[in-house]
Amino acid sequence: MTIDWVNFTPIASLIGGVMVGCAALLLMALHGRIMGVSGIAGALVRTPKSKDTGWRLAFIIGLLAGPLFIAALSGPVESIFVADGMLLAIAGLLVGVGTAIGSGCTSGHGICGISRLSLRSITATCTFVAFGMITVFIVGG
Amino acid sequence: MTRLLSAAFIGLIFGAGLAISGMLNPEKVQGFLDITRIWDPSLAFVMVGGIAVTLIGFPIVLKRPNPIFAEMFQLPKLTKIDRPILIGAALFGVGWGLGGLCPGPAIASLSTNFSAVLLFVVMMLIGLWAGAKIKL
Repeated sequence: MTIDWVNFTPIASLIGGVMVGCAALLLMALHGRIMGVSGIAGALVRTPKSKDTGWRLAFIIGLLAGPLFIAALSGPVESIFVADGMLLAIAGLLVGVGTAIGSGCTSGHGICGISRLSLRSITATCTFVAFGMITVFIVGG
Repeated sequence: MTRLLSAAFIGLIFGAGLAISGMLNPEKVQGFLDITRIWDPSLAFVMVGGIAVTLIGFPIVLKRPNPIFAEMFQLPKLTKIDRPILIGAALFGVGWGLGGLCPGPAIASLSTNFSAVLLFVVMMLIGLWAGAKIKL
């Protein structure tokens, strides 16, 4: 293993991470909810008539606006897709099915769950990171 | 209205944080997962930054009797490490590795790279809908 010093962005990633953490903390303090995107998006698809649809949609609209705000401040947000076509479709389906069955994703389990010291979330996070690494190892980086 | 505006503002901070952190770039996410070759550890810093805030903040916030705009805190009740969480997380991990996208960054990318990410998001939403019906 070699460290990719060229693409390594510790400060930007740490600042971005702190902002993600602040968002999760605010959602808990103001709305009493875990900030899990698979949970929020999944609920919008499964129970669109819920009384929670309002704040969920508002959150998604904000989520869409966030990157535009950064792009307006500091130029285009880098986004290079490695997968496309059928592979990207399969990836999306697996992410959706997996997070629905496993009740959470990187935000819900990875940030909120770990910081609540939930053994369930810690296990989930280790599992999806490990399987992500194995997958990239197999299909090539 | 305040409730909705605050949720949108929270989403905005989250989306902006994802953009700054590099998580909207599938190539960078795969660089983090590519631990055996040339490894970009940046995304570990996203996790550390996020967890640091909530690890300190959650206990303080949860001492209050209730959240500001809702009647009560809604925390996950399940604590068991069961088959669904292991199988689900494994499937998610494979999809994450293949596409370099998890749900938050995928949805956020609709605003910056719509044509590239649309198919992924549509399939993800179908998966979220269908996955909830699967009993393991």
